Amino acid sequence: MRKRMSILAGALAVGLALTGCSSGGSNGSDPDNPDQVEVFTWWASGSEKAGLDALVKEFNSQYPDIEFINAAVAGGAGSNAKAALASRLESDNPPDTFQAHAGAELSDYIAAEQIQDLSGLYEDLGLNEVFPADLIDRLTVDGKIYSVPSNIHRANVTWVNTEVLESAGIDPTKAPESIDAWIADLQKVKDSGVDAPLAIGTEWTQMQLLENVLIADLGADGYAGLWDGSTAWDSDGVKTAVDHYDQLMDFVNQDYAGLDWDAASQIVIDGNAAYNVMGDWAEAAFTQAGQTWGTEYTTWPTPGTDGVFDFLADSFTLPVGAPHEQAAKDWLTTISSAEGQKAFNTVKGSIPARTDADPADYGEYQQSAMESFANDTIVSSLAHGAAAPIAWSSDISSAVGKFGSDRDQDALISALVSAAESALS
Amino acid sequence: MRKGIRNWGPPVLLLAPSLVLVAIFVYGLIFANIQTSMTDRHSLASEGAFVGFQNYVALLTEGRFLHSLLNLVVFTVVFIAGTMIFGFIWAWLLDKGVNAEGVFRSVYLFPMAVSFVASGVVWRWLLNSAEGDRASGLNRMLQTFGLDFLQNSWWNEPIWGMAAIAMPAIWQLSGYIMALFLAGFRGIPDELREAARMDGASEWKLYRHVIFPQLSPIALSALIIVSHMSLKVFDLIMAVTKAIYQTEVPATYMWVALTSNDYAKASAIATVLLIIASLFIIPYLIHTMREEKRSS
Repeated sequence: MRKRMSILAGALAVGLALTGCSSGGSNGSDPDNPDQVEVFTWWASGSEKAGLDALVKEFNSQYPDIEFINAAVAGGAGSNAKAALASRLESDNPPDTFQAHAGAELSDYIAAEQIQDLSGLYEDLGLNEVFPADLIDRLTVDGKIYSVPSNIHRANVTWVNTEVLESAGIDPTKAPESIDAWIADLQKVKDSGVDAPLAIGTEWTQMQLLENVLIADLGADGYAGLWDGSTAWDSDGVKTAVDHYDQLMDFVNQDYAGLDWDAASQIVIDGNAAYNVMGDWAEAAFTQAGQTWGTEYTTWPTPGTDGVFDFLADSFTLPVGAPHEQAAKDWLTTISSAEGQKAFNTVKGSIPARTDADPADYGEYQQSAMESFANDTIVSSLAHGAAAPIAWSSDISSAVGKFGSDRDQDALISALVSAAESALS
Repeated sequence: MRKGIRNWGPPVLLLAPSLVLVAIFVYGLIFANIQTSMTDRHSLASEGAFVGFQNYVALLTEGRFLHSLLNLVVFTVVFIAGTMIFGFIWAWLLDKGVNAEGVFRSVYLFPMAVSFVASGVVWRWLLNSAEGDRASGLNRMLQTFGLDFLQNSWWNEPIWGMAAIAMPAIWQLSGYIMALFLAGFRGIPDELREAARMDGASEWKLYRHVIFPQLSPIALSALIIVSHMSLKVFDLIMAVTKAIYQTEVPATYMWVALTSNDYAKASAIATVLLIIASLFIIPYLIHTMREEKRSS
């Protein structure tokens, strides 16, 4: 009797272990059924989820036979999804297509030969003509393009509380010409009784501010050169930018390290600060607070970066060994189509990558961003994965975070130099 | 012989599944981790060539990692001191005899039932470092009590900021340490105290020579439990500050390295953490094994 029980227990344990092994991965995706597409995103809530739903609706009307399988992983602004994705790619069980930031963040997947070249698809769909040439340049790696952008955001936007500026005697409609002029304005606002005129948040928002200052001081070409080694990280331009950044940090709220971007934008909305440098997703925060562009708040390109569009984009890829390759290409076709881009971006509040979209479909801020996107020089955002591979941007992020506590310019520059050395070697 | 198998067969069979699972999923993975830490898998594409201890040397000479270790030391010292002191005082007060002891016991023990993540979200707000008009949480409370000079930037302070992050951990775990000490106090027979008092020992001498020696095994277990929790701290820091440089400890650094696909560095950090944790645990295990042998 005892023996039988122990065998039973052993069998149970083995059974449990086996179910543990087998339950990984399958969520209705069947490799033998060609009419399925499993799409992996971190769009699981809010305007992103609404945008994805709109996109799926458009996809269903373009390809009614294909079943859409949503493999979204929620949480951590995509970090949970990236971890889940890494293990699926590692075990050769890729989804049919996955979301990733366009640009350098893909370089790890490219080097590991986990995603496919989509240049052919770009040719077939004529995307080279409808996406801005600058954007195509930013997406191209060694002559190949590996992802299709679904939406574009701008990272060099300064959000301004008009009332605070007016009471300091500054005209909010005119952006300062340069960072130096902006610092003079910041001092004026501070003298008018605002303790912390520049609102900022946690590490990545600091990195985004530094990136804006780098673009302002180095220019678009000099900034782009940082990522291929043609601009040295200890050059005078970078030193000036770091000095400017140091001066700007004298004007920020002291609790910045603990605030996410929305909390930092809220400080401007509440009138406790005059400026906040943030991507254009902040638009939703201002409109939700009942404010209108041009009256309570206004925006301009961060001083010194006028004429430059600091872009970031979500994009979709085609993994090597995708079980439903043709359906995945159909999905990419929908995303890149004028209808697909409209369905997604009008809901999410971003702008389409296509330059042939009708501005009348979009809101006031989006229209101005679309115009800049079509005409400005496009550079890649560091804080959002477009400019540098993940390991490099995480090194920069930690150097910037350290600077926040010790404010040592030389240490920041040498950390930036060594981060570049280990990334470009 | 047959009888022998009958005797030891079933227990072995019963233990086998868990032994096999532990062997694979604990020791097997520790081994795999050490193996990865000795390769150059710094990206997805890398094949992982053997590089010996290079990753460890790089890690232990890196300012960022040493900074995370320093943060961990500050956190651990404050956390251990805080839980031991509060836990002991509460247990001692309860042991002295209070009305409604059960209520107090539950009140002190309840925070332990909350997960670090949940309490971390609340403490993130309580420890908000804004002062003056925009103050919230503890700073706002200090203002209302007219204690403005006590306002500070909590975890935003370099180095000692980690002591602020230890506060939620102390709040949560002190009750547990109290329960351990209280069990220790209750385990001391009244006869011993009475005998000491009969011999004319003062209250202090009674504690010094009778109670404390009997509590020391409990104190040691409590110390080990708290310190190994402290070394592994991850969820609390992620909830209060997210993974940023200022409050970086080895566990959050490991996560950052892992998410940027630097598997070799992440596993090297994991191994260093394992070694530090075993520095605490192994002597304790040896100690308890000796104790058990002596008592059997």
